[in-house]
Amino acid sequence: MSVGEFLLVAVLALPALGAVAVAAIRPDRAARVVGTVVAALTLLATLPLVARRDGTWFSYGPTAPAVRPWHRLDVPWVPGLDLRFHLGVDGISWPLVVLTALLTLLCCGYTLWRVPPGGSGRALVALLLVVEVGILGTFLALDLVLFFVFFEVVLLPMYAVIAGWGGPDRRRAARKFALYTLFGSVLLLVGVYVVVAAAGTADIVALTGGAGLSRGTQLVAFTLLALAFAVKSPLWPLHSWLPDAHSQAPTVGSVVLAGVLLKMGTYGLIRVAVGVAPEGARWAAPVLGVLAVAAIIVGSLVCLAQTELKRLIAYSSVGHMGFVLLGVATLTTTGIQAALIGNVAHGVITGLLFFLAGAVKDRTHTGELADLSGLRETAPRLAGLLGFAAVASLGLPGLAGFWGEAFAVVAAVEVGGPLWTTLAVLAAIGGALTAAYFLRLLRQVTHGRPSPAVDRLTPGLAGAELAAWAPLVLLALAVGLAPTLVLGVAESPVGALVEVLR
Amino acid sequence: MTGSVVQSVDNVALLPAYLAAGTAVLVLLADLLVARARVTVATAALGAVATAAGAVLVGAGDERRTFCVGVDCSYVFGGRAALVAVVVAVLTVGVLALSGPLLRAGRSPVGEYCFLLACSMTGGVVLGAAGDLITLIVAVETLTLPLYVLVGLRRGSLASAEAAVTFFVVSVVATTLTLLGAALLYAVTGGLHLDRIGTILADRPELLDLPLTTVAVALVVLGLAFKVAAVPFHAWAPATYDGAPLPVAAYLSTASKLGGVVALLAVVQRALPADVTGPVLAGLAVLTMTVGNLVALRQRRTVRLLAWSSVAQAGYILAPLGALALASGRTADARTAAYAAAVAYAVFFVVLELAAFAGVVALRPADADGGTIDDLRGAARRHPWRAAGLGLALVGLAGLPPGLAGLFAKITVVRSLLDGGAGWLAVVVALNAVVGLAYYLRLTATLWAAESDAVPAGAGAGDVGSPAVGSVVRSRTVGAVLAVTTAVAVVIGFAPQLLLDVAAR
Repeated sequence: MSVGEFLLVAVLALPALGAVAVAAIRPDRAARVVGTVVAALTLLATLPLVARRDGTWFSYGPTAPAVRPWHRLDVPWVPGLDLRFHLGVDGISWPLVVLTALLTLLCCGYTLWRVPPGGSGRALVALLLVVEVGILGTFLALDLVLFFVFFEVVLLPMYAVIAGWGGPDRRRAARKFALYTLFGSVLLLVGVYVVVAAAGTADIVALTGGAGLSRGTQLVAFTLLALAFAVKSPLWPLHSWLPDAHSQAPTVGSVVLAGVLLKMGTYGLIRVAVGVAPEGARWAAPVLGVLAVAAIIVGSLVCLAQTELKRLIAYSSVGHMGFVLLGVATLTTTGIQAALIGNVAHGVITGLLFFLAGAVKDRTHTGELADLSGLRETAPRLAGLLGFAAVASLGLPGLAGFWGEAFAVVAAVEVGGPLWTTLAVLAAIGGALTAAYFLRLLRQVTHGRPSPAVDRLTPGLAGAELAAWAPLVLLALAVGLAPTLVLGVAESPVGALVEVLR
Repeated sequence: MTGSVVQSVDNVALLPAYLAAGTAVLVLLADLLVARARVTVATAALGAVATAAGAVLVGAGDERRTFCVGVDCSYVFGGRAALVAVVVAVLTVGVLALSGPLLRAGRSPVGEYCFLLACSMTGGVVLGAAGDLITLIVAVETLTLPLYVLVGLRRGSLASAEAAVTFFVVSVVATTLTLLGAALLYAVTGGLHLDRIGTILADRPELLDLPLTTVAVALVVLGLAFKVAAVPFHAWAPATYDGAPLPVAAYLSTASKLGGVVALLAVVQRALPADVTGPVLAGLAVLTMTVGNLVALRQRRTVRLLAWSSVAQAGYILAPLGALALASGRTADARTAAYAAAVAYAVFFVVLELAAFAGVVALRPADADGGTIDDLRGAARRHPWRAAGLGLALVGLAGLPPGLAGLFAKITVVRSLLDGGAGWLAVVVALNAVVGLAYYLRLTATLWAAESDAVPAGAGAGDVGSPAVGSVVRSRTVGAVLAVTTAVAVVIGFAPQLLLDVAAR
């Protein structure tokens, strides 16, 4: 077994075994410590995946496939269902893999300090680790059926996190999340086997580029797959599970949901739907673009009218994911790169925003914007961080949020034609609206005279909070100043993907 | 002596059937002579284990045929027959183990209970090997007949008696229909052996134009659809399941349902023309899963919910056969895949269903019925392991990880449908899975819910007068069944190929 294969297995096996260990260890605090250590080890295992990638680069001959994983592991699992345990990592998936491992570590670390009411801390950590297995597996899978299996693994643990540790209306929110998401994933199942039945293989590497699928098959497959991923991303008008789930979930649940769970949808769209059915993608691109821009506009307008902190951040995700989907819909190098960096930036920034919103709610016991004025006066550090995250999220140049949104618009302009130019203009207006609602948020929350709820606050931040937030703040800065951190590794795989789209 | 007068009988092929029937006789004798409950139950369990072992032994070799007239044989013990026999025998052992608390509570006579169960097992063992319509129908009846009594065996329970009468009346009507269909088929083709009817109908397509043939085929299929509790012939199932003692309900929804599926599969695969049965089965499948799921959404009683959900599951089992409705689903490859998928799904299902019933039995007082869903509220806080077993089974039935067995079962069905070109049916199955999750999730979440807003434990639990009302009896055998079925579900969840290989034989 080569080092690469070992690392791929370790990335999945560590959190899986960790979850079992956490569930088996009786003392609650010890279990949470073990969980955090395991999450840290997982993050360490994801980092070296990027090494030695150039060595394997040229081992693919002149007729290289469109997906060229740096490392891969391919063993049969269920031949009767065309299911192989086929993992691999490349520049499109690696940033998301690291982001997942990082956010899970931060969430596990956060639970060391504070366990939300509702259940035991070790059960929460065990579920977070299972969710991590599912998300990492989805990003690493190079077999369509395996991709589907991991896609499903996430569903119930996340349901349990929301239903067990969530807010007052958690049951309904969790049910809605589970049913919507399952609706998406059963369509994914049908879509996957439409492709497998027509092509006779489930190997994503072999399938990327269309692999001789007829136009009709590609249209059907793309429709099913895109619908599935549109629920997960979520794309307007299939987004209505998201605000409920995000606002009812405990802080760590919201962070994982917004930070990486949504990315399974956009990643799937790029890797599976567009890659496997390029002709279908070209056919559906205008529709996807229109819906993406509708999501941007609708998301921003709804945000302008929100009165609750977590709900506002949740709805802002709809708009941000709209930019990501717009980038994918252009089917150009610029657009897909914008989508990838937008994915990572949204994960970092919205993760941070949910951490901060959770901190505000834990301290003041309210999320109503009307009751939260004057945070700057009594908790200047918290207010400052909230300001930073909001500004990053609205896409200030120099911070991570800028690149994805700006280049999605640029990509739409580059495609040209009346439709895409209009979409670009509308998306830019949506960007301006984003700025408007975040500034409104900051005005209401940080400025003004302290409300009774805010007046009681002390300025200090716990060490655990700083430890959980600092990496996200630094990443938002780093990706903003040096987008090549993400784009450098993604450049050639995106190039290869766009090549087969032509 | 010439062979025309005395048939040579292959006794090895018949070994599993002998063992099963012998078990029934031994149980009767043990009850008469020893008259100790423990011995009677042990005899039945040992006999069932021996039957399973015999079926494995005989099934491991080549296919064995006996009672032959020319090339047509009435008894064909091959791979699938062995699978059915093993599953039925193992289910019998499981149900016997689940019956521990019920029998100890003393309201059901032990000897009769075990004897009837063993008789029913005999029917199931023969069923898989049946080669002609009469053997098939007799086997199905041997499987169901003892159940009429078993359902009503709880002394002093009105619900139980009502359930037994409903079941009896409906079942007899269904059998009559099947028999009439078989008679008409004989009138049309002059054959009773499944393969012979299949050959004749294939060789002489003009027979299919006769209205009589259509009526005959329809009667056979619909009569068997009653046994599977397919909509619109399902009305007996919820009332019967809910009125029967829990272990008997478990047997009804696993072994008995499996029997119906196997019988249906045998006639559809070997005797009847696919282009006639295909559309009928596709329609039945769609109706069955949709109605079953939608009505299950509204259920407040645990066993009724499981009963309606098992109606829906019957729809998933029939779905792969619905692919035969289309020409592209009638190629040799697609047909083989569809039959294998139906068998595989049925086995996945009975494992999970038995685990679910074992979980309910484990979490309910001895001799109680299933109770309402609220009776199970917060069970996970009192009995974490049992609740985890039940939860895993329910999630598996919903077809989601961590119930990987159920996930692969769904995948098997969808795959066979798309291979057969029946994409629309695959979409129907998929959407039904979403509806199914809604109620499985409600029941599962109830197990872990806080007890604060619940009725006090024990209120409304089971039949009054039982000494154990409100308290869960710690029965080792029930726990063992739950543990073993859960373990089997986990194993076939991680290695579904084991089952797929067996199902494809």
